[in-house]
This record gives sequence, structure tokens and C-alpha cells, in this order.
Amino acid sequence: MIATEMSPQEIKSKKPYLEWGLSEKEYNYICEKLLKRLPNYTETGLFAVMWSEHCSYKKSKPVLREFPNKNERVLQGPGEGAGIVDIGDGQAVVFKAESHNHPSAVEPYEGAATGVGGIIRDIFSMGARPIAALDSLHFGEINQARTKYLINEVVAGIGGYGNCMGIPTVGGEMTFDECYTGNPLVNAMCVGLMEQKDMQVGRAQGLGNAVMYVGAKTGRDGIHGATFASADFSDEKETQRSAVQVGDPFMEKLLMEACLELTNKHADWLVGIQDMGAAGLASSSCEMASKAGSGLELTLDNVPQREPEMSAYEIMLSESQERMLLCIRAGFEEKVKKLFENYGLEAVVIGRVVKGHQYLLKHKNSIVADIPVSSLTDDVLEEESQEKMPERILQAGKVKNWIPQVSDATEILEKMLQQPTIASKRMFTQTYDSQVRTNTVVGPGSDAAVLRVRGTKKALAMTTDGNGRFVYLDPKIGGKIAVLEAASNLVASGALPLALTDCLNYGDPNDPEIYWELHESVLGMAAACRVLNTPVISGNVSLYNENNGEAIYPTPMVGMVGLVKNIKHIISSFVQHQGDLVFIVGDTEQDFAGSELQKMITGQIKGHLNQINLEKISLRMMRLLKAMEKGLVVSAHDLSEGGLAVALAETTFGTKHGINLKINLSSEELFSETAGRFIVTVTPENQKQFLNEMQGEATYAGKVTNDKKLIVAYNGGQLDLDLQKAEGLWEEAIPCLMKSKD
Amino acid sequence: MKIAVVVFPGSNCDVDLYEALHTVCHADVEYVSHKQKNLTGFDAVMLPGGFSYGDYLRSGAIARFSNIMPAIVEFANEGKFVFGTCNGFQILTEAGLLPGALKKNNSLKFVCKEIELKVTNNQTPFTTQYKMGEHINLPIAHADGSYYAEKEVLEELEKNGQVVFRYMNENPNGSLNDIAGITNKKGNVLGMMPHPERAVEALLGNEDGLRLFKSLLANGKKKEEAAR
Repeated sequence: MIATEMSPQEIKSKKPYLEWGLSEKEYNYICEKLLKRLPNYTETGLFAVMWSEHCSYKKSKPVLREFPNKNERVLQGPGEGAGIVDIGDGQAVVFKAESHNHPSAVEPYEGAATGVGGIIRDIFSMGARPIAALDSLHFGEINQARTKYLINEVVAGIGGYGNCMGIPTVGGEMTFDECYTGNPLVNAMCVGLMEQKDMQVGRAQGLGNAVMYVGAKTGRDGIHGATFASADFSDEKETQRSAVQVGDPFMEKLLMEACLELTNKHADWLVGIQDMGAAGLASSSCEMASKAGSGLELTLDNVPQREPEMSAYEIMLSESQERMLLCIRAGFEEKVKKLFENYGLEAVVIGRVVKGHQYLLKHKNSIVADIPVSSLTDDVLEEESQEKMPERILQAGKVKNWIPQVSDATEILEKMLQQPTIASKRMFTQTYDSQVRTNTVVGPGSDAAVLRVRGTKKALAMTTDGNGRFVYLDPKIGGKIAVLEAASNLVASGALPLALTDCLNYGDPNDPEIYWELHESVLGMAAACRVLNTPVISGNVSLYNENNGEAIYPTPMVGMVGLVKNIKHIISSFVQHQGDLVFIVGDTEQDFAGSELQKMITGQIKGHLNQINLEKISLRMMRLLKAMEKGLVVSAHDLSEGGLAVALAETTFGTKHGINLKINLSSEELFSETAGRFIVTVTPENQKQFLNEMQGEATYAGKVTNDKKLIVAYNGGQLDLDLQKAEGLWEEAIPCLMKSKD
Repeated sequence: MKIAVVVFPGSNCDVDLYEALHTVCHADVEYVSHKQKNLTGFDAVMLPGGFSYGDYLRSGAIARFSNIMPAIVEFANEGKFVFGTCNGFQILTEAGLLPGALKKNNSLKFVCKEIELKVTNNQTPFTTQYKMGEHINLPIAHADGSYYAEKEVLEELEKNGQVVFRYMNENPNGSLNDIAGITNKKGNVLGMMPHPERAVEALLGNEDGLRLFKSLLANGKKKEEAAR
């Protein structure tokens, strides 16, 4: 509160900024080099949030530069609310993902809900209609009451927000590993569709133009949320609940409809629009000014406030949800007010674009901040980071990899289908409205979700993927696999991968080993992006994912979107008719390190990963896609956790069919997790043409049958699975774990 | 026949209803704001699903006080067609146009999936193109879909054939008598929890809802012809 606010001198001596995440070196740099005076309380607060990792990427920036972010389709790369990609016909797809890991760990319902709310605002701030939401969730093993509580609440928060907004939650992933117990990962992605002519940017420019505040009132919630996201977790900080925001999806639905009316129908009134996300009014306003090289003057008394006696510091740093900042051409303020009034929302002029490049804040008739805009956004001290290869990786390279022994493949497969990471997630996904807006052709439970683009022949496929286990064993190869896995899921659905967004979830980057993991995995991802021509168009970095000093697996999440040129060629993950031929596309190697099989049998994730031939896999995918576009493929399923055996079972679930195969693999190899492989079914009449297209990359293995049996004759034995029983086990495994008492 | 799709603040299946009628059925349909006070010129009115007023207080409880509601009540009393799905059904019960109430699902969770229904009355203007007793599949997507009414009301509903759709095999929300959809006594007001507007295109995997709209359009046409 104002009464207790420290003076600049007191700030210098008492150093409250250390608590806010600003280092002494940074503080001194601000005083001596940037301002040449001592910053006051509000200014110090502004620097602390704007220079936090969450807003400034000061730690990760050098690494993020490795990502390719342009190609012939990219209309907007990183730096705005979300990235934009051309999909033809004057249309574009807009998408971004964001993490809400820390808020979800302390207040899982609101943490997850506001994560969804924030990413939706990023999409409509670009002028796009949000059409789908996805998520990527990583939790501890389902064996503690706390983990079950986190899962239930996170899932309820995601559904609670998305369902009310009327944006279908169409896909995602959910994995379970010990390392996420104290620090779950909650990443949300939103995809929007727009006419290219409606593209907006978050800029404030043009002397005298108005800065308008729209949406919910500002309260004291979420103050220092960005800083909170940029520090380690510990039990002592369990009490940091004030840093978590509370969401109101109804308010956001109104805000979205009002903003879309403004951007799509009255673009001539509008100069720029930006979401008030992390670091609230502070970051949105100074980023809008910084991107345009403008000066800004704001009168904070005009900011709609929910609580009395809020200080300038609190108003600027609040992370109250469902708020947007607009820059409106002078003279159109009343029209904007009327438009928002029609939705029952407030729109208030809180400032103007002014001459120069200063960021001037007034409150209660005094100046509370007067600093160069660029000092907050551009002058951040990028931090040099130390890197060191972790000992475990050094050692793993010297030891022979674990080789499993599978005597009863049927029993192992039955058991594996019940592993939470593999088992059906239906009990969660069916609490999400996956169909609202009636565009969902393929919903949750397939390789990728597919939505038709109304009024065209096109469809968009989308997926989220992140496998921390592989990245943990070898960040570079693991990074490549993460991107490949996402691309494989899209290709299996019949889509050409276009571009990706990411959430980079890691531990404390001040630990040289963790920084090395971050760097190496980004290099791996970037290499795969180049080969696949899928640039990184947006994303988010979430560091400090640790609990009491234990880091999570390095877990980059890839959210990828692909284009299906013709809805006729959307490919199902599930086998369709008896007598269709089953092919395995891609070679199976001895890839057991980091596999589900290894975890299930040994309880550990260990060893080194084999090299990946990106060019070869990319070429294979393009051949498969071509065969699909020629109408030669009936169904396709990507092979991932649990390898071929699991994928075969999955591809029959929900159908009346079974599969009968004979293959030249060992029992162990049925569970190998070599990347870039598919199971494909083809009608007998298309066999020849399909094989021609695949140029040696497809191996005939057997047929789709009409009984619910999976029979696989492998080298030295036979797998014989009752699919009815197996499907029941797969379906019931998670509900059973969630219900069990412990 | 001209159809109004009412848009309340927080409605989100308004687009789905509109597209089902406009794009798939080529019907004459218009969005009508909750702020409007009359429905002159319309022959049918549809209340979409969603979360009107954020479901605050109780689903449908605030929407029933909208400006448009007196016009809808009058419209229904005149014997014109009124249809509500999901939140629309909840609003119709709150407004007293249909008896009973929709409580939270027994699971206490939102549920979105396809379920099997039985058509238990094909003599309403909304169901003439279904066979009596036919089994159809429709999507549901709701958290408050458990139909409740007092014993006498239920008996009355059953006696008059006002139960139009009933859940088969699985009751997804705890509705009494497995009720999924009911009409008023006159049969011109239908409320149902399932979403027929989500099941009108083969591309999206289900066309079982299409005949509900076709029934209504055909019966509307008949009515127009009779009036001439």
C-alpha cells in the first residue's frame, strides 16, 4: 500500500527487489547506466517484472535464436501474441502454446483455467477466431492423493474454462512420471482461424492516439505472477497463493466477441491490440509502445479497479484476468466505448501515445514512473549461462544399453496397455466439450485432432507432444524426436506439417547441466524443424520447474499444426475393413532406452539413444502423405510409446476388427520405440500403387480381420491378444487408479 | 418458414444451430439478440446451448429474465414452435415453458460423448421423420442435465406422451425416467439435453439429428399451407 511504500533510498538499502527476482547487479545497472538515478518503488517493480525470465527471456534468448522462424508460409513469427501461417485462400491459422506450471501446482483449478484463458486471449488479440484448444499435461505417478487431486482439478479447470468459452478442447497428451510429482506441467495451446486481411498487431503508435483498457476490472490478484514463474519452487513457498489469478470464462467470452467485432468489422478504428497477460498492464503497455518506438503516458486513476486504494505498483503489476489493451485512433474512443457497452463491458481511455520514447505513469496527481520504454523491454541484461554435460549422460555413453527379455509378449502387452501414459484418457477427455462449433472431424484419442475449415475443402490437424524421457537421456536426439513425433501424428492424419509452437519446460537454468539440456534440446528441435520445414512461430519458456531442488525431466512440448488439402483425405487412426492389408512403414531398431518397456520392467529411464536420420524419416513421411493424397491409404497410426505392439492394439480399439500379422521381429522389438514409424492399412486393390509410392519404406505384415483378436507371429513365438479384454483393461486402468485409496 | 436463433450473452452453440439450419438444411434463419423484445415475422424460435450468463446462480436462471423472454413465452402460447437444446432446455424449464428442472449430473462432471436415445414420441412437430421407438445416437455435452420433476409431473408427462427422447443403455446424468427430452402439453415446445445440431453431417460422423430439423421444416411448411 502507498502508506508503506519504500523510498528510493530505502529500496537501495533494504533491497526488496531481491525478493521480486531482480539481482543486485541488475539493480545497480538500472541505477547507474539506464536511469542515472535511483528508481522509485513503482519503477523498481516494473523493472523486476519486465526483466523476469517470463517476460524478457533473458536466460533463454541466446538459445531461442537457434530456432528457424521463417518460411514461405509464415506471416507472423515470434514476438507478437501468437504466430500466423498462411493456409491459402486468403486465410491463415494462428497458434501459440503457453505453460501455467507454477500456478497449477499451487491452485490447480484456477492455474489451469487461467492458462487456457490466457492463451485464448493471445489468439483473438491477433484478430483470429479461436477454433480449438489442446493441452499437454505431465503429472507424477497416480499413487498419491495429492497427485490425484492435481489431476482432477487441472482437468476440471481446463474443461471449466474451455467449455464455457465454447472453444472445443480437441486433443492433447497426458503422461505420468515420478519427476513431475511436485511440479506438474500444464501447457495449453490454442489455435485460431482468420482472414489475412484482419491481421492485428500489438502496437501503440500515432501521436495523440488513445490507449484504452477493456474487460474486467483490476484487482490485487496475481501480483508478481511473472516473477513467481521465474523462481524455484519449495515447500516454504506453498503460501504463494496470492500470485495465482482467478478466471472468469463468461467475462472472457464477452470480451472475445467484442474484440472480434472490433478487429473484424472496425479495423479502421484500431491501431493495435494486446492481451494483458503476464505482468499485466505493465508488460502489455510497454511492449505495445516498444514495438512501435513510441512514448506513452498513462493516468492510472482511470484504470477500472475492483478494490479501493490500490497503489500504482499494484495497478501496474496486477495479473487480473480477462483484460485487453487497445490503441485506438484519436476520435474513435466513443465508438469503441459503445461497442464494448453493447457486450456489457467497460472500455476506458487510460492514456495517450506521446512524443519521445518515455514511459510516463501518473497516479493521484503525481508522476509515479518516468523511464525510457526501451529500458524495460530492450536493455535487459542478457545473462551469460554456464553449460556442462551432466554426468549421467557422459556415463551412459560408456555403458552398454539395457536389452530387455520378453518371454510372453501377450502378457507384457496386456500389462503395458494399463500403464497410465498409454492407457485410455477418456475419463478426462470426455469432460471437455470437443465438438462445440461443429467443426471437429477427429476429436480426442487419435494421433492428431482434425477440424474442417468451414466453407472450404481444407482441414487443419493439430497435436501436442513432449517426451521428457528421451530428452532426459539425450537432449539433442530427444529434441529431434519431440518434433518428429508431432509431425508423425499430423502425417498419420493426412496433414502436411506447417509450423510449430513450443513450451520449453526445464529446471533451474542457473544449474549449468540444466542449461546444457536446454541448449542441446533446442539444437535438436531446430535441426528437425529445418529438415521438416516447420518453423517455430511462437512459444514460451518455463524454467525453474523444480521442487525442493529436484528438476523435472527436460520437457519441451511441441504443438504442431498441419494442413489437409482436401477433407476427403483425412485419414483415420483406426482400421476400417476386414481384408485390408497391414503395412509397417519404417524400420524397427533396438530402441529401448527411455521406452515404456524399460520403465515398466526396470522402473528406470536409462541408457543412450541411437542417432536419428532426420532426412530419411522426413522423406518417408512425405511419401506416405503423397500416398494418402492419392487416396491409397485407408488408415494410419503413428508408433510411439509402447512401440508396434501397443500401436497395433490401439488401432483396433472401438472397431469390430482385429489384426493378424507375421513379422520378422523379435518379441522384444515389438516394444521398441524407434521414431518415425507407422502402421498403415491399404485395400488389396491399391497395394501395388501404395508400394510404388513408398519406395521400399513399407513392409507388408498381414491383414485386418473380423474377429477381436490381435495375432502377431514374430521370430520364435506368437502374440495372441483378446482385444475385447485388452480394450477393457486399457479403458479401465486410469479410472481404477484414480479411484483406489492410498 | 423463418427461424430465430436467440443469442444470449454466453451462448456458444448458436453458431452450430445456425449452420445446421442455414448451411445443411438451407432454411431461412436469423440470429436474434436477447435484447430484442419481439419475434414478429418468425415461425419458430430456437434457444441454443452454451453457458448463458456463465451459468451463474443456476444454468438458465438469469437468461429467463432477458428482454426476449416475454416474447418467447407469448410465441409458445400462440402455439408456434419453440426448441431448446442443452442450455436452451435449461432456460425453457427456468421460464416455466416446460415442467421440471435440470440438476447437476450425478457424476458432478461435465460429460461430452455420443449416447444412444430412443424416440418415444414421433407425433410431435419435431419428430415426425423418426420412427416410433427408433434408436438414434446423438452427442451430449453438459454438466447440468439430470432431469427432475415431482412424481405427479412425471406421471403426467408419461401419460400425455410428452417424453420424446429417452436415454437407452446408459443414463449419463441421472435423469428421472431416463428423460433426455420433453415437450409441453401442446407439443409445440421441445427441450432436450442432447445436441441434434451437432449430428447433421456425415463428415462429422453422425447425421441422426438431421431429421429433427427436417421434421420441423416440413411441419412448418404444412402449417403455412394450411393457413393459406
